Amino acid sequence: MKHTTLGITVLAAAVTLISCGEQKPPAGVEIRIGHVGPLTGGIAHLGKDNENGARLAVEEANAGRIRIDGKEVKFTFLAEDDQADPKTGTTVAQKLVDAKVAGVVGHLNSGTSIPASPIYAQAGIPVISGSATNPKLTEQGFKSQFRVVGRDDQQGPAIASYLATTKKPKLVAVIDDATAYGEGIANEVEKTLKAANVKVLPREKGTDKTTDWKAVLTKLRGRSPDAVFYGGMDATGGPLLKQGRELGIKAVFSFGDGACTDKMKELAGDAAEGMLCSQAGIPPQAADKKFLEAYKKKFNMDPILYAPFTYDAANLLIAAMQKANSADPKKYLPDLQKIDFTGATGKIAFDDKGDRKDAEMTIFTMQGGKLDPIAIVKGGKTMTYEEFIKGAK
Amino acid sequence: MDTFLQQLVNGLTAGSVYAVVALGYTMVYGIIQLINFAHGEVVMIGAMVAFTVINALAPAGLPPLAVVLVGSACAIPVCMLVGYSMERLAYRPLRGAPRLAPLITAIGVSILLQHLAMLVWSRNVLAFPQIINSTSYTLGGASITNVQIAIIAVCIALMGGLALLVYRTQLGTAMRATAQDPHVAGLMGVDVNRVIAATFVIGAALGAVAGVLYGTYYGVAQYTMGSILGLKAFSAAVLGGIGNIPGAMLGGILLGLVEALGAGYIGDLSDLCAYGWIADFLGEQCADGGHFILFGSNYQDVFAFLVLIVVLVFRPSGLLGERVGDRA
Repeated sequence: MKHTTLGITVLAAAVTLISCGEQKPPAGVEIRIGHVGPLTGGIAHLGKDNENGARLAVEEANAGRIRIDGKEVKFTFLAEDDQADPKTGTTVAQKLVDAKVAGVVGHLNSGTSIPASPIYAQAGIPVISGSATNPKLTEQGFKSQFRVVGRDDQQGPAIASYLATTKKPKLVAVIDDATAYGEGIANEVEKTLKAANVKVLPREKGTDKTTDWKAVLTKLRGRSPDAVFYGGMDATGGPLLKQGRELGIKAVFSFGDGACTDKMKELAGDAAEGMLCSQAGIPPQAADKKFLEAYKKKFNMDPILYAPFTYDAANLLIAAMQKANSADPKKYLPDLQKIDFTGATGKIAFDDKGDRKDAEMTIFTMQGGKLDPIAIVKGGKTMTYEEFIKGAK
Repeated sequence: MDTFLQQLVNGLTAGSVYAVVALGYTMVYGIIQLINFAHGEVVMIGAMVAFTVINALAPAGLPPLAVVLVGSACAIPVCMLVGYSMERLAYRPLRGAPRLAPLITAIGVSILLQHLAMLVWSRNVLAFPQIINSTSYTLGGASITNVQIAIIAVCIALMGGLALLVYRTQLGTAMRATAQDPHVAGLMGVDVNRVIAATFVIGAALGAVAGVLYGTYYGVAQYTMGSILGLKAFSAAVLGGIGNIPGAMLGGILLGLVEALGAGYIGDLSDLCAYGWIADFLGEQCADGGHFILFGSNYQDVFAFLVLIVVLVFRPSGLLGERVGDRA
């Protein structure tokens, strides 16, 4: 058995050597930056959006002819597809580690980021997620794990407290899609609602592929809740909302960031009107103007959701490398931890766990077929969107 | 009671779509004993083609019903063509081969079609344009939308039409003859190849309609939608007795009902706090109206396969299937 393993290792090493030999070295020193997100499956559009953000940052850095340690460097962007699947997530993480990337932006999902993080940690490679919001990600004690987006335990309370204070429901139904993300945010919503003395029905669950919610919704209709919260993505949340209205449920429907996209309007039609949802961070349209213009110019579309965050994440890696004057993960990791950076999403600094300090949460509502930001929750305080924009200027 | 009736309505709608898809499985199995795993993909292609057509026509301001009809009218021939080519190119060359070879080919065709669809229609979840305003009618406490009524009606019509075709026409007679013994049917002057091709084409046409119905009902279509739908319909066909046409219809509807009722009630039934002594045992968990639920409604998809297993264990030939050792 040992011999086989050895044989495979030798073979793999040989293959690596051969494939390395075939590649032409690019001009200048090559630094590889990886990105991981689902490029296939139900949320491929979000994965592509994330990838575009990071890609833009890397290409801008290349155009800027950055010098590190006296030599001009060229960043190579390696985009991987984890299919939003935890198993594939670890496979591609290992692939990036083997490709000797200097840093990674991703993964998009919490469910893939969490199992991938020990792989990066073991290799000492910094990884910054622009969209994984499950608290567990940064609670594992890995020094190399960061995120530039808020956590579910901040996002859940934000939407729940907004719901509790403005809509004043007596009974709320909470549904999730049985993924790490969906369950995480639904748990936080339930906790906050209960703390605000709102009754919560026993949890209902679907999967991340459910399109038929009628059975669940029919059951809920019998208990007539005043509000419904769904922890899950738009591909499942849209049909949920549509079918809920078809069954004549009058409750306010609210969602986490996964279903806080314009796609909800397409998927649910008029039923989407009046829905509430939260996003960690600030809306893409509130991101830095220069970024928005560059993104639009390059990809001929507006960023959908987290592109400003992955853009910042890639820039953070590059900035830390510049600061440390090295692309060696061991050398620039301390600088990344202590970084004080202003990106497309505002000021970024990390706490000890690698979470962004004072992350903002935005509450949206669907009005006239468009998601409009109506409130910003920051550090437990709620202010209207207008107040926030005024304050920022 | 309202809830129960509503679950029945939900189950009946989903079930009638399963039934129509299941017909495609059962017809092909009945005639050449092949489980055509690519049938789910034919349904998906039907939904996708209809999506493209409806999407293109939606802004034109035609009456919604006409748009959906045109969509189906385009989806049906495309699916028939897919069904025919599948039989001609992938299965006919393997007609005499051991049974495992066409079965594995079917899985290959399924993967091929799925990825072709991914290339054509992208990986995204496609949202059907919401052109039909769903109006709800109340029926003894349960609400039923016009779309649901249309789905049930169309499915019943299709099943009736198929039954007429199989039991009242010359082609149907030829199909039944081929199902009994292709060799002897050939000797009696039946063009077996043509009959088999016709079976695939009819199954694919039914699949196309099912795809359009599914797409307009749920409002979404994706290149992966065929696999789970196909598996469920296959379970329905087995439940009714694979190879048996009335069995597929019965199996589909039963499966839809089992799924809806199962998903609707499993949470309450598996709530340990509802059972006296267990609740006492759990104590704090159940205090103050608490719940300790073992299985949630996310087990909805499990019911289809649970039914499949139970049927295979206790009645391998299905509810209406004959006990023919070789075929079951």
